Amino acid sequence: MIEFNNVSLTYPNGHQGLNDVNIQINDGEFVVIVGLSGAGKSTFIRSINRMVTPTEGELKVDEENILPLQGKKLRSLRTKVGMIFQHYNLVKRSTVMKNVIAGRLGHTGTVRSLLQLFDKEDRALAYTNLKRVNIAEKVHARADQLSGGQQQRVSIARVLTQEPRVVLADEPVASLDPPTSHQVMQYLKRINKEDKITTIVNLHFIDMAMEYADRIIGMRGGEVVFDGPVSEVSEKTFEDIYGRKIKEEDKVGGDEHD
Amino acid sequence: MTDSHVLQADNAPGLRAGNMKWKLTGLFTMIAILYAASFLYTGSSLADLWNGLPTIAAMFAQLFPPNWGYAGEAWLYLSETFHMAIIATTAAAVVCIPVSLMASSNIMQEQRVLYHLTKQVMNILRTIPDLLLAVIFVGIFGIGAFSGILALVIFSLGILAKLLAETVEAIDPEPLDAVRASGGSTLQVIWYAVIPQILPQYTSFSLYVFEINVRASLVLGFVGAGGIGQLLQRSISFMDYDRTMMIILIIFLAVVLIEYISGKIREAVL
Repeated sequence: MIEFNNVSLTYPNGHQGLNDVNIQINDGEFVVIVGLSGAGKSTFIRSINRMVTPTEGELKVDEENILPLQGKKLRSLRTKVGMIFQHYNLVKRSTVMKNVIAGRLGHTGTVRSLLQLFDKEDRALAYTNLKRVNIAEKVHARADQLSGGQQQRVSIARVLTQEPRVVLADEPVASLDPPTSHQVMQYLKRINKEDKITTIVNLHFIDMAMEYADRIIGMRGGEVVFDGPVSEVSEKTFEDIYGRKIKEEDKVGGDEHD
Repeated sequence: MTDSHVLQADNAPGLRAGNMKWKLTGLFTMIAILYAASFLYTGSSLADLWNGLPTIAAMFAQLFPPNWGYAGEAWLYLSETFHMAIIATTAAAVVCIPVSLMASSNIMQEQRVLYHLTKQVMNILRTIPDLLLAVIFVGIFGIGAFSGILALVIFSLGILAKLLAETVEAIDPEPLDAVRASGGSTLQVIWYAVIPQILPQYTSFSLYVFEINVRASLVLGFVGAGGIGQLLQRSISFMDYDRTMMIILIIFLAVVLIEYISGKIREAVL
């Protein structure tokens, strides 16, 4: 379980990233965070694996306050909380396999990993995960030879290989076209259901949020302005969250049958 | 368009602001004075060039024909130069990896002191000319290839670390975030996200520095730091100009060959 208690984050330049956030996310939930850019979605998500550090309050992951963590304990938190990025963040010159096996780094000793001595089980796990996202045939291709959608699938395989309890996805489909976006969201949804991985996704497309979320959290100006199951959400809710009328560009279009 | 937008031809602006012309004139006058002063101060003139022509002709007459029989011995020294460059380049290429990482602001985000320290030490190191390094090491370790190798290591480390640190600072930071976010330690981030991104440039720079080292070691030989340069210096001071010409020919051939091969390899990796 993830618990935000009075969490605030002020950046060194004075910008308020998060403002007194109180929220609980239960194990196995599929939560979508919506809000305009600059609303604090990214800061919210990156606080959970401490890629940014809130300046006030208490943030608990599995009953442990993660804000003071450092060094080995911080790395162990990040092993448990995986992340998917908007730009996939693969090492483009490395092979798909090397990118995916990098998910095991948190579980592997430094010396062994520098010598690239991964257990047979680890390599098997990496390959299985590539199969799960249907890209196993590219195992030895270089990452820069893949399309955007393929690269994002590889990054999902990488995060699965780390065997996390939580997956954070920061705008995972913002650089993809509508059909590919749906495909990526479906993979995320599937691993959430099959592996019971708590999944928190930042999106700014409202139709996509409605389609895949169990629960929606709306943010504006660093504050949580809406929190509820998707059944309670209507276009009016989004207008409240965004603080303006909904426009055509707030929707990705397409649907999962494309 | 309203009338206020139409300019009178009299008021049309020149290509530069008015006072710019005077500034440029002043600047060029100063440069001309500087040239004149340099000639006066050093007591050199174009006439010296003209007067030296006969000596040049005499020297060329002595250089030819080259002493072909001397090629064997020259090759031996050339291979010493070659080995010096190999050892020095390899040593510098190994040491420059940690050094360049320590001199990269994006890797050393939290260890600012170490970053500035490394950067400053490397800056100071680069200001020492290779010839001076050779003189110092010959003074410490005596005449021979070892002193030359040490001088080359320090000299090429300065270049290599600078080039590589700039490459590291220009890499895509996003994969580093990904490895960090999956629980990777700093060393793992470097090994899995930094090194693969700089590997082609690293190979290319190392070969380039090897080329520089071959050429630099020729000059270092003049102060007793081993290699074919030492042989060249000896033949000049004994006025064995036919041997000198043979050595020059061999050096020329070797340098052209090495640069050609390394150039081809660098094209292939980049």
